[in-house]
Amino acid sequence: MSVLLTAVATLGAIGAGSAAILYMVGQKFKVEEDPRIQEVQDSLPAANCGGCGFPGCASFAAACVKAETMDDLFCPVGGQTTMDRVAEILGQKAPVAVKKIAVVRCSGTCESRPRTNLYDGVSNCTIASDLYGGDTGCSFGCLGLGDCVDSCTFDAIHINPVTMLPEVVEDKCTACGACVKACPKDIIELRKQGPKSRRIYVSCVNEDKGGVAKKACEVACIGCTKCQQVCPFEAITIENNLAFIIDDKCRLCRKCVPVCPTNSILELNFPPKKDKPGTQKEETVTITA
Amino acid sequence: MLKTFRIGGIHPKENKISAGKAIQKIDIPEQVIIPLSQHIGAPCQPIVKKGDKVKVGTQIGKSVGYVSANIHSPVSGTVQKIDTALDSSGYKRDAVFIKTEGDEWEDTIDRSNNIKREFNLSSEEILEKISKAGIVGMGGATFPTHVKLTPPPGTKAEVLIINGVECEPYLTSDHALMLEKTEEILVGTTIVMKALKVDKAIIGIENNKKDAISRFRELIKSYPNISVEELKVQYPQGGEKQLIDSLIRRQVPSGSLPISVGAVVQNVGSIYAIYEAVQKNKPLVERVVTVTGKDVKLPMNILARVGIPLSNLIEKAGGLPETTGKIVSGGPMMGKAIASVEIPVTKGTSGILIIPTLEAKRKAMRDCIRCSKCISVCPMGLNPTLLMNLTEYEVWDRAETNHITDCIECGSCSYTCPSNRPLLDYIKLGKGRVNTIIRARKN
Repeated sequence: MSVLLTAVATLGAIGAGSAAILYMVGQKFKVEEDPRIQEVQDSLPAANCGGCGFPGCASFAAACVKAETMDDLFCPVGGQTTMDRVAEILGQKAPVAVKKIAVVRCSGTCESRPRTNLYDGVSNCTIASDLYGGDTGCSFGCLGLGDCVDSCTFDAIHINPVTMLPEVVEDKCTACGACVKACPKDIIELRKQGPKSRRIYVSCVNEDKGGVAKKACEVACIGCTKCQQVCPFEAITIENNLAFIIDDKCRLCRKCVPVCPTNSILELNFPPKKDKPGTQKEETVTITA
Repeated sequence: MLKTFRIGGIHPKENKISAGKAIQKIDIPEQVIIPLSQHIGAPCQPIVKKGDKVKVGTQIGKSVGYVSANIHSPVSGTVQKIDTALDSSGYKRDAVFIKTEGDEWEDTIDRSNNIKREFNLSSEEILEKISKAGIVGMGGATFPTHVKLTPPPGTKAEVLIINGVECEPYLTSDHALMLEKTEEILVGTTIVMKALKVDKAIIGIENNKKDAISRFRELIKSYPNISVEELKVQYPQGGEKQLIDSLIRRQVPSGSLPISVGAVVQNVGSIYAIYEAVQKNKPLVERVVTVTGKDVKLPMNILARVGIPLSNLIEKAGGLPETTGKIVSGGPMMGKAIASVEIPVTKGTSGILIIPTLEAKRKAMRDCIRCSKCISVCPMGLNPTLLMNLTEYEVWDRAETNHITDCIECGSCSYTCPSNRPLLDYIKLGKGRVNTIIRARKN
């Protein structure tokens, strides 16, 4: 019995002694941290996605507290409401940011863009693109191997098994930009989400000459300049045989959409319009191993 | 015992089907496409324009920058256009399209077949000629030869090593060249020895090419400074660093060039091209290409001009077999599958290998079983499975400290992996990334 008591007493004494030492050390080497950093961090989404440009939410919170103005700081995941809350904590004004969303600028489905060879290497876009232009005639378009899917921490981008193209889930996309960085072909772009999620963009990145592009893919931009001519707001530029709609200038008038001979300009979430005459063409599939 | 390198190595089936076949000629098609980037380094600047008349040997591309090589017309005819064309990189890049008319050569080129042994040129004059002729390493790496033959300041070449190993299975183009142009290669070797100011050269040949070894042994009697060494058949015996280890028992330190141990290695194909450039004024416009494969009707070695589509060569070898699963430019270990047979022959095309469907399919990848076979076969002493994982998780700093940049991309690790893991695919990606990071840090 006495052995037991001795053991309890000894261990108890060691425990109490250690606790006292730890407390004193804790007090002596206490790191003074601005309490607002923790407060700001608590109001952030804790996704640690890096979309703000900082390694994680904690470093973003520290940067917010340290910064004099909040003009360059924005949490794409939390959006405007989060930034307003952060601004309130810090007694500053949050900049009004436009909500953005990732768009995939390639519409080359299996039907519109015939396969010219089979790729059986590693299922990784970066490795495939280091190797060659891809398994279709278009060396600019989507490879469909899903680097963007792997990079997304919000489960907001998936490869459609029918088209083999990635599709963005609008409700989940936070515009963190991870997929933009992951895509070796620079197909994904962050664009303004637009009012009621309505937006227009050229869904192609092919810089080949018109004929070559069209041969490789039915829905390729051929750089014909028709959209540029019809645009009343000078929102369309054409460089390297490729049209691009500047979303700051675009007023969503949709005049460019019907004039595009290859239907490469996409309109999203607009109410339905009258049917356009389709330009369906019979396709030829050539396979070289 | 036969000489070989000390670390790693594998023994793939040799499959040298086209060995011993004489070098065949091939007709020049109506149009040739000459890519302006056929070497490592900056692409050439075209110096011809649409409508210009060219002869065989007329310079059409000017090298820009130090690491670059001139390009000459392989045919006579008219320049049709300068446009992009698919080449072995798998992407469309700038190329000169020439419509063939006759076969007229530049007057300066000596087209006779007799061997010219004497030369009276200084080291600088030889290098100038090599540089002008646009010669690149013809073993496949296509590094500009004049750069390789100019040792950086502070270093000195002690020995010239001629690489006649051809350790890639299937390929026989160097073998064919060594049999038919033995003496030319020896003259070329003396030229390069003069250029490098060295008095010793060793020709390394794997002992599966006994006929080539005995041909050289017969002829070196009149070349006292050149010796021939028989090497064990082991892949990658022809790797520059492995060959140096095998022949002179020196190991090139990590991150250094062979010149740091006093060696310069040249492929026999490059040596023959140097002979032609220096003695016959002929620029590099043609090379020997092996067309082979288990189901190919007439496996052969073809002397093809640059710019001829690969499809013409395949046609000459009896056409594309029905069983074709994959077409590889180069050998089975380091070659690259091509997406189209319309890409042209370039200075670095050592072979066209047609693999039947059954063998072409990649087997499904399984989990790593930690057998460490990849580590034991790596001729550079690396840890491939670790490097693959580091690349997959983008841990670039650790990939660098584990010497990912030392990888010679021989593929021994992927070949030996019982779980069919794509080790080299990832390591190549990681190597590229780490090299980019290192370059960015230097600037």
